[in-house]
Amino acid sequence: MEKNIKRYFPVFVLPTLVSFVTVFLIPFIMGIYLSFTKFTTVDNAKWTGFDNYIKAFTQDENFINALWFTVKFTVVSVITINFFAFLLALLLTRAIKGTSFFRTVFFMPNLIGGIVLGYIWNLLINAILGIVGLDITYDARYGFWGLVFLMNWQLIGYMMVIYIAGIQNIPHELNEAARIDGASSFSILRNITIPMVMPSITICLFLTLTNSFKLFDQNLALTGGAPARETSMLALDIFNTFYGRTGWQGVGQAKAVVFFIIVATITFIQLKITSRKEVES
Amino acid sequence: MNTKRKTANSFYFALLLLLSVIFLFPIYLVLMNSFKSKFNIVGTPFEFPNGETFVGIENYINGINSSGIIDAFLRTAFITVGSVIAIIIFTSMTAWYIVRVKSKFNKAIYYLFLFSMIVPFQMVMFTMTAVCIKLNLNNIFGIIPVYLGFGSGLSVFMFSGFVKGMPREIEEAAMIDGCSPLKTFFLVVFPILKPTAITVAILNAMWIWNDFLLPYLLLGTTDKTLSVAIQIAMQGAYGSIDWGGFMAMLVLAIIPIIVFYLICQKYIIKGVIDGAVKG
Repeated sequence: MEKNIKRYFPVFVLPTLVSFVTVFLIPFIMGIYLSFTKFTTVDNAKWTGFDNYIKAFTQDENFINALWFTVKFTVVSVITINFFAFLLALLLTRAIKGTSFFRTVFFMPNLIGGIVLGYIWNLLINAILGIVGLDITYDARYGFWGLVFLMNWQLIGYMMVIYIAGIQNIPHELNEAARIDGASSFSILRNITIPMVMPSITICLFLTLTNSFKLFDQNLALTGGAPARETSMLALDIFNTFYGRTGWQGVGQAKAVVFFIIVATITFIQLKITSRKEVES
Repeated sequence: MNTKRKTANSFYFALLLLLSVIFLFPIYLVLMNSFKSKFNIVGTPFEFPNGETFVGIENYINGINSSGIIDAFLRTAFITVGSVIAIIIFTSMTAWYIVRVKSKFNKAIYYLFLFSMIVPFQMVMFTMTAVCIKLNLNNIFGIIPVYLGFGSGLSVFMFSGFVKGMPREIEEAAMIDGCSPLKTFFLVVFPILKPTAITVAILNAMWIWNDFLLPYLLLGTTDKTLSVAIQIAMQGAYGSIDWGGFMAMLVLAIIPIIVFYLICQKYIIKGVIDGAVKG
């Protein structure tokens, strides 16, 4: 049978593979090469070695700023989103009426696109700050917390759904047995619920981690990096280097490679942790 | 259930209700302001429209006329539907082939697809744009194979996961009966793949409908998609933003998503859980 299918390679694989190689693989390899060159279009590259990388870290304070801003934002978002999502999941797996209505409401913001989300929150935050005569671009702290709130609003429902699925997978007998033995609700949470949903926790931690780290649309729409470049995250900073600074395309590409290496490292750690967990259980 | 738990549950119910109000408030704020005159949005954003500030659907008419949002809407719908169909058909075929035909080459392609999932878009955006412009893919038809390329990582991965658990016997029987691999795939395999196909379709549709950077780079400001149109309306005219029209645009962008969500909620939630567990 295998031989029979094998001849159909052009029909089954080629359309996907050609698109993939054209829009991803070739641009990816070109991107690595171009990060070591000076260029304004892909045809006029001149080899410059590690110049772009050195420039990105030494001559462009925006990059380091964006890196710190991104790290701070990611840490705060990951903690708050998962804390609230888990809490909501606990509430919504109790026997309370209207749980499916609440789940529908909390999940909804997740489907709205980043640009639209950014402008909804831009309106809301400026409306609140407007009371005291300020706006979101007045201080980088407003932009920072605005992004945190926005990200919570968007992702809490998503993570909540994953936690609910995890909690519902816990065998009922476990809780019953613990309750009969006189365990308190807190002790059930600590000794049964949390250990049993550990796989969901790992998944959610990394989903929020990579989503926060790679954030672009929401950042662009909410503050656009203002004031100055103080609220630019990495993805937006890379975009601005490419398209906002002539002659700096090479530096933009070098920043993108650094960005890729960080994201790949995070994912690699995640895979290690998840596969170890699976072996243990 | 004892009374203590009952009181606790009514307390939690009230808390959840309050949280729902907070969650819906941003959307309510946009909706309410979309019916106010543009001069009253920035000044008094929290005030409910009254006799003086209420303008009916004027904002919607202005927003629709000035921003080309209807065209943007149709364009986005065309790109999303076209790309999702292409992704479903081609990536399911590819996944079946590389799972069924064991070879080093196929294994290598599989890992390349996986690898593409961890690469951030910024890494390839400049070079990809240059390549696509050279190949004339910078139009609403050309962008469909581009989405096929970028969507193939997750989609091939999810289909492969399903095919690996599928028994070969039915396919083998079909082929012994004289079906070609193509016929076998579409008549026997694809119907079995349907649940995964729905999940893959939903995940890709949510991404493509809302995508901003890719259509912005390839289609620019002439062939605007919804996200691009909204960004342009805001950035294009600093100082003289028509806030009323802008609010109306936001509402028009949100409504189809909410309708789609309320209709397909079951599948969307399932898609999210499956996607998370596998991704």
